Amino acid sequence: MRRGIFTPWNGIVAYTMLVYIFTFAPIVVVLMLSFNDSMFGSFPITGLSLRWFYELAENDAIIRAFKTSLVLGSLTAIISTVIGICACIAIVRYEFPGKEFVNTLLVAPILVPEVVLGVALLLFLKWLGTSRSFFVLVLGHVIITLPYVILVVQARLFGIKRVYEEAALSLGANRIQTFFEITMPLLMPAIFAGVLFAFTISFDNVTATMFWKSAGTETVPTQIFSMLRTSISPEINALGTVMIVITVSLPLIAGALARYFVRNKV
Amino acid sequence: MFLAIKKASVRPWLLLTPSLLVVTLLLTIPVGFVVAYSFWQRTITGLEVPDLHVGNWTEFFGDYFYHYILWQTLRYAAITTVLCTVLGYVPAYFLSNTKFKNKALLVLLLLLPFWISYIIRTLSWIHILGTNGVVNIALQMLGVTDAPVRMLYVEFSVIMGFVHAFLPFMILNIYVSLEGMDKNLVEAARSLGCTGWQAFREVTLPLSLPGLAAGGLLVFVLTGGSYITPMILGGPDNSMFAGVIFETIIVELNWPFGSMLSIVLLVVLGSVVVLYSRFMGMSQVYKSFG
Repeated sequence: MRRGIFTPWNGIVAYTMLVYIFTFAPIVVVLMLSFNDSMFGSFPITGLSLRWFYELAENDAIIRAFKTSLVLGSLTAIISTVIGICACIAIVRYEFPGKEFVNTLLVAPILVPEVVLGVALLLFLKWLGTSRSFFVLVLGHVIITLPYVILVVQARLFGIKRVYEEAALSLGANRIQTFFEITMPLLMPAIFAGVLFAFTISFDNVTATMFWKSAGTETVPTQIFSMLRTSISPEINALGTVMIVITVSLPLIAGALARYFVRNKV
Repeated sequence: MFLAIKKASVRPWLLLTPSLLVVTLLLTIPVGFVVAYSFWQRTITGLEVPDLHVGNWTEFFGDYFYHYILWQTLRYAAITTVLCTVLGYVPAYFLSNTKFKNKALLVLLLLLPFWISYIIRTLSWIHILGTNGVVNIALQMLGVTDAPVRMLYVEFSVIMGFVHAFLPFMILNIYVSLEGMDKNLVEAARSLGCTGWQAFREVTLPLSLPGLAAGGLLVFVLTGGSYITPMILGGPDNSMFAGVIFETIIVELNWPFGSMLSIVLLVVLGSVVVLYSRFMGMSQVYKSFG
């Protein structure tokens, strides 16, 4: 065996650390610059200050975009998760002809370029005589997030043994009761993950959203995009920090909550 | 109300109805409309006339501009995929083989970018590569250059943005396939006289290829359909096909021509997917999300 610090494994560790740095350096730079006192959203750092966060809180356009994104993400997450769970139960718990095809069809949107999704839905609605609106955004985000919800929930549902449900059924519960009393509690982690996944994807989406949003409506990412057209303002960095904190803490809080509930139940 | 439905064979379809409606109404039928629209005619006054004319298509096949943009798009996608493979394999291997006790934390850290806004991660590269960016400041402090080097709004910055955005997909897919393999196989190879490198090349690498291929497919298709990254990090020469579609439809309002371009992109990227599923099947791609 080779000795010293130049072992292949240490090489792998060093390489991995470099990739971690590559991944996080740009994010850390945004965090740093958001506390910069300077009038410009770039280096050098002239002093520490929270002024850009205050400015952010007073920027009506951004606050409005935040509200839009929150409502849009929540609606999308609820709709996608509910109809996704229904579909998963059908696919995992029932035998029916054409099952493979249905499964493929439901997951297929993942592999359709978002631009094509954007054009297709917009064109269809134009043909129907509807114009772009918030409602179109919700529909569009549901089709984008549904496959992810289905994949997450399906994987978990396969792992839940049927015997529990059969026991409940044989003891006289009907199917609805069985679902809410047995299946759903066991499925909770996947439901949680699905909701979170759908919300984050919706909250983050810009590629397709640019096609569907009406002229007056902005989500947070499209608002950032239109602000970028002029230059990088310090406010964008502050907004970036807020988004990073929200999107990183949300799954962590959700995980902690889930663990808390599990502990209190047992 | 459920009493009316006695036959069990109806129930799954009932459960599937909302999802199937969503996919049919919001994807299948609309894509059909895009196909039909690509044969429509747009008059000089901007009116769209239902037609079966192939003018949009002949214009596409005759105009080198579109060929060039398509070629550039595929080239960016290929470069990004190769770079993601090079950058992603080693960390995935590390995560799968480390004896570090907080391994879950390390995995979580590497997947964290999934959760962080794509547009923020993209614009963060302006701070890294721009005239006042980290790299230029470092180069000037080290005395390598006197004036800032132009690294932003060129092909390089676009590729960096793509690699940074899509690398987690690659790492996750390779990691999942490495975790799924039987580690005893490597031990067996070693006990039969293989060197560590040989065991990796003969056993680990072939077994991780499905994950590598799945990650590669995702990175390729995601990059090929992008237009936001080149708009933020690229210059006028770095347009991509999806960006041309956006311009045609949203700015020029030329629906028939934009429809035709959308079908071209769908067919080109779709054939990559079909080619992949012929050889590998689709299950590996979906595995990493489960």
